[in-house]
Amino acid sequence: MSDLLRLGLNDLHEELGGKMVPFAGYSMPVQYPMGVLKEHLHTRAAAGLFDVSHMGQVILRPKGSYEATALDFERLMPVDVAGLAEGRQRYGLFTNDAGGILDDLMFANRGDHLFVVVNAACKAADIAHMQAHLSATTEVLPVTDRALLALQGPAAEAALARLVPQVAAMRFMDVAQVPTVFGELWISRSGYTGEDGYEISVPDGGAEGLARALLAMAEVAPIGLGARDSLRLEAGLCLYGHDIDETTSPVEAGLTWAIQKARRTGGAREGGFPGAARILRELAEGPARRRVGLRPEGRAPMREGVELYAGETAVGRITSGGFGPSVEAPIAMGYVTADHAATGTALAGELRGKRQPVTVADMPFQPTTYKR
Amino acid sequence: MKYTKEHEWLRVEGDVVVVGITEHAAEALGDVVFVELPEPETQVGAGDEVCVIESVKAASDILAPVEGEIVAVNEKLADNPGLVNEDPLGEAWFFKMKLDDLSVLDDFMDEDEYKELIG
Repeated sequence: MSDLLRLGLNDLHEELGGKMVPFAGYSMPVQYPMGVLKEHLHTRAAAGLFDVSHMGQVILRPKGSYEATALDFERLMPVDVAGLAEGRQRYGLFTNDAGGILDDLMFANRGDHLFVVVNAACKAADIAHMQAHLSATTEVLPVTDRALLALQGPAAEAALARLVPQVAAMRFMDVAQVPTVFGELWISRSGYTGEDGYEISVPDGGAEGLARALLAMAEVAPIGLGARDSLRLEAGLCLYGHDIDETTSPVEAGLTWAIQKARRTGGAREGGFPGAARILRELAEGPARRRVGLRPEGRAPMREGVELYAGETAVGRITSGGFGPSVEAPIAMGYVTADHAATGTALAGELRGKRQPVTVADMPFQPTTYKR
Repeated sequence: MKYTKEHEWLRVEGDVVVVGITEHAAEALGDVVFVELPEPETQVGAGDEVCVIESVKAASDILAPVEGEIVAVNEKLADNPGLVNEDPLGEAWFFKMKLDDLSVLDDFMDEDEYKELIG
């Protein structure tokens, strides 16, 4: 464990009884004494506090105009960056020349610059990628002196508003920079659980104080990576490296909602991103395979790697799966050939040598409660 | 009570041995969400995989500790797999086996030896 990076809040996690495991090069709490199931249900019923400081925070500081940086950044993604309003955040995807996904991320327009949050496992590559492509217009500045906390669940607003009253007025995907006793907080009303809530970037010096102030509230419990995974799975959200990677296109992955009109065929700034030929073709003609939700029959979970069959024909594979504590049933997602992707299609998953029934299902499995 | 290296406990009741998993094992597995039980009245060999336990984290097997016949299974676990976490040493037994010779159990660990194993 000695070569693992420690989170700034490592001592607090250990004090709270967190079970620390290696994840993306960091020692991370996978669960606390409450356990994954109860942590998951607590987040859906009240509020959960997650330490996601392993993720990469990056500032894109224009050397010239904001517009030049936004247009440059836009060339790395099939996403409308230039059209994003000030004070708003959007989901983005770096693509490669083959139309695969290098990483998924969040970016925000903060007036005179952009703020980007990327996955931990990809952050070194993402920063190098941005530095290689944006240097003409933009300084790529990794933020290394801040923690990132997520507060998620129906009580998140009430809890955070006790410390930062302004957050009650924010809508889903709004961002704000708010001076507080914990230092300047960079808050977005977003998250990765399907619940309403916030992600809060806090200076290292204020992180423990903020975490303790939130944990002191009756509604708030610390939540580990285990429940973070089951929450995002129920919400139908992709985990990079599992449900999306360099071989899956955004269209196959069902992320077409992230490709705004401006970047599509006939749009104001059509194409011009890596892999545009494949991605625009798949948008027009449909992809050969699609990411779908899956509901195994019975109680046995089908996990990543389970092969899917229609009759005797192999049609795909599960990329994430487990038990959904809120839906009280096993749930999964995976890729199947397009002709077997319709909701309700009966397939079989091979589990311990036996083919078990599994049905293509709509996602999210659990309704989302974003405050739009 | 006897213990295996695979973190099962074995309790003799008359001429049958009741098999479950230890508190240590239940805690390490995390919340159990699915249990697949063997068919009663089946003959099994030592080391055969007879049950599957799925927790929120992963799938694992329970092995038959010795050769013998499965004479009963705990159907309650199919409907309420969480019992494994709530009462691993009591209500959450997995199966009962009939052995020809109970003296084979002498080879397994007693409580002190098991406690030493899990440190």
